[in-house]
Amino acid sequence: MIAALTVNGRSFEEDVRPDEMLYDYLRRHGFKSVKCGCDTTNCGLCTVWMDGTPVLSCSVPVLRASGHEITTLEGVRQEAEDFGRFMAAQTAEQCGFCNTGFIMNVLAMVRELENPTIEEIQHYLEGNLCRCTGYEAHLRALRNYLAIVHGNSRMFEEGEVPEDAARL
Amino acid sequence: MPQDYKQITKSVYKKDARMLLTGQAVYTNDLAPADCLIVKALRSPYPHALIKKIDTTRAMKVPGIACVITYKDVPRKRFNMAGQTHPELSAADQYLLEERLRYVGDEVAIVAGADEACVNKAMKLIDVKYEVLEPVLDPETAMDNPVLVHPEEDWTQPAAGMGDNKRNLAGGVVFDHGDMDATMAECDVIVEDTFRTQATHQGMMEPFVTFTEMDPYGRIKITSSTQIPFHVRRIVANALDIPKSKVRVVKPRVGGGFGAKQSACTECMPAIVTWKTGMPAKMVYTREECLTASNSRHEMIVKARMGFMKDGTMRAIDMNVISNQGAYGEHAPTTLGLTCHKAMTLYHPVDAYRFRGHVVYTNMVRAGAYRGYGATQGIFALESLMDNAAEALGMDKAEIRLKNMARQGDVMPAYYNNTMLSCTLDKCLIRAKEMVDWDNRPKVVDLGNGHVRALGIAMSLQGSGISGVDQAAADIRLSAEGFYSLMIGSADMGTGSDTTLSQIAAEVLGCDVDDVVPSGVDTDVSPYDSGSYASSTAYLTGGAVKKAAESLLQKMTQAAADIMGVTADKVGFDGETFSNEENDMMLTREELAIKAHAGNLSCLTASANNMQKNSPPPFMTCIAEVDVDMATGKVTPIETVGVVDCGTPLNERIVKVQTEGGIIQGLGMALYEKVQYTDRGSMFNKNFMLYKMPARTDIGRIRVDIAPSYEPNGPFGAKSIGEVVINASPPAIANAVYAATGVRCDLPITPEKVYMGMKKNGRIK
Repeated sequence: MIAALTVNGRSFEEDVRPDEMLYDYLRRHGFKSVKCGCDTTNCGLCTVWMDGTPVLSCSVPVLRASGHEITTLEGVRQEAEDFGRFMAAQTAEQCGFCNTGFIMNVLAMVRELENPTIEEIQHYLEGNLCRCTGYEAHLRALRNYLAIVHGNSRMFEEGEVPEDAARL
Repeated sequence: MPQDYKQITKSVYKKDARMLLTGQAVYTNDLAPADCLIVKALRSPYPHALIKKIDTTRAMKVPGIACVITYKDVPRKRFNMAGQTHPELSAADQYLLEERLRYVGDEVAIVAGADEACVNKAMKLIDVKYEVLEPVLDPETAMDNPVLVHPEEDWTQPAAGMGDNKRNLAGGVVFDHGDMDATMAECDVIVEDTFRTQATHQGMMEPFVTFTEMDPYGRIKITSSTQIPFHVRRIVANALDIPKSKVRVVKPRVGGGFGAKQSACTECMPAIVTWKTGMPAKMVYTREECLTASNSRHEMIVKARMGFMKDGTMRAIDMNVISNQGAYGEHAPTTLGLTCHKAMTLYHPVDAYRFRGHVVYTNMVRAGAYRGYGATQGIFALESLMDNAAEALGMDKAEIRLKNMARQGDVMPAYYNNTMLSCTLDKCLIRAKEMVDWDNRPKVVDLGNGHVRALGIAMSLQGSGISGVDQAAADIRLSAEGFYSLMIGSADMGTGSDTTLSQIAAEVLGCDVDDVVPSGVDTDVSPYDSGSYASSTAYLTGGAVKKAAESLLQKMTQAAADIMGVTADKVGFDGETFSNEENDMMLTREELAIKAHAGNLSCLTASANNMQKNSPPPFMTCIAEVDVDMATGKVTPIETVGVVDCGTPLNERIVKVQTEGGIIQGLGMALYEKVQYTDRGSMFNKNFMLYKMPARTDIGRIRVDIAPSYEPNGPFGAKSIGEVVINASPPAIANAVYAATGVRCDLPITPEKVYMGMKKNGRIK
């Protein structure tokens, strides 16, 4: 069956197996940022955007993505670096394998939620598992990023100062 | 002693940060050639069976299939997959494939083909007739069970491993110090209990993955997500029965290991496919295979007993342990060794220590290495029992620990009679108490709304490398352009060790960390390193890097002196420029590098080896606050604080992240995680939908701090950090639950167990 979709603005059209998942399709086409950690939609590593909304590419058949715009981290690298430097400053990337799915969800979150609270942030990102960090370093990176890049200082107590981060 | 450092202790970015955070292709599966054969294993549906007949004729006819390998096609030479230094104490108890299948998931056949679809189809067409045998599924009745997991005659193990395949024993540990019975007889208070810790999955986010190809010299080149590149070379050569010189192993970025990748789970199968077909091959485990066909933490049943005098002085620790090894014996004796030595050493040298332990074979998924490596289980038992002792003695739970804990200067009978040269466990405990205001608040509070909140405290230790066994080396050179190349054989598995090791070199050489370029691991070119396990990298490899950098600095200074025409003792170096006061000549590092690489006989390169006769323990104190819903038994973690003594922290933020991550992995073990089986021996929760790892909403708040000590044998005073941090949060949480409810239960502490426990002890009707 023919799948016609765009990935990071580039058009693709080809005959695909009906059971091929978007994750495998994207990897096959060289979008290696997309990772797989579980096969059962529980880890968040394979997060990409479909028409700007985060989806788990391990469970989206390519044919369902047909006619839609897909975005992977390769398509938003500059934004990823803008957030990534705050992660690096906390050494919160650690092994890095969950980073891309996590970052795709963070970047979707800042588009979707206006000045989110810590509870909203934790809830939004709940599906992105990380085994290295214990999540606290993510939170430190996020609050500095939100304060400095997006002007949202809700996660800071009075008197606390956000910490800027050098470029990657 | 502590001083002003310019590079170490600083929170520099990890050297791979940019690549990892922008999703670049740096992991094993990203680097595999597109034309790799896809390798999969047909797996046993039975926990114990014999293959009576296996016919691959139809499978071989599936278009695209390159080979189907069965037990008939592999060497009959037993080996094991544990990545440890020779002489390996784990039993040589497996062939790559065998007629006897020992757990649900054991490999029946290896299939390789052009794509996943044809491999899946071929696997269905392999015709296997099984003779189903009675399995051994209960670790408590495994020893001397009439059913043997390993009845074979060619099973071998070094005597020190203390296993016996004819008794279902994969290993054992015996340790005695002092007269246990006489000491216990003198004690005023004796406490004892039995603790059960469960098998848990390491849960590294990157699954096991390996690809293999032939190199230009007709050797097999293995690229793998591994913690043990050099041991993989040996293990694959053993499995394929080929010369070790025919194997090369490369480790790219690794997406987490936590010990799981200290066993060679995916290397041998694609290797034999490539060896037989000459074609590149790739094996990527599904998460289900990661759970069902790799390794987990050893399930243990720990009977522990402690004797005290009335004033709270501890006199004796007695432990008796059964460890469940599962089907194959990787890491069996060594994990149990840590359950003994790295748990009991938590307390001041007492008059009597006794340890008896057996590791039993069962027809379950094999156990292996997992962060903490046996110490976790032993410490869980002792630190739980310590709270019972405090109650029996009417003492504060922090006070009894402070009174009895290990101290700097102690000679440690349970720790190979080493002298403790660095220890700030007391400061860790005092700082942790301050962080929660321990002294000024009630340890248990009934909120009056059906919820009770309570605090629990626990301590932990680990080692730093394996003393007298493991070793590391480092090569460093001044490149022609004036920067430093640092070659290391230890495996950065995401922890940031490539960066901290570069910081050590930069500190010695007085340069910026950006001037040091680390590289590794490739067994053809990297200097030998036993691998990244046993909390060894900072201490052992770090020591090698420091020595090598010091040696290079000496050589550079001599070379500069020769060029300047003065003696080396007259030459100063600020990291960038050599100078001397005799003739005012100056020479930059870059100028020296250029001179050393043209028309020169001497080479500005240095190598150093590091082995240590002791393994200085890092320490930790954890205090956990939990909320218990008294109507349902549900435990919610509110806050966990942890304070660590890792010697000198080489990079403070990496230490902090390691500590937070360890606390949460321990919290998962305490509250959520358990590898579960059906009563027919098949794993039940074999994916992340059913195997619950903590998400960011499951953990409460984490706060950590560092109480540095200075370890004289470590590089710039450093000890390890990687493992000690997982050991304290499980007992701290269990102790908090106990304080709130009076319930002690097997791990994990589920609402059901707490609820039933409270019904039984009368806390609720």
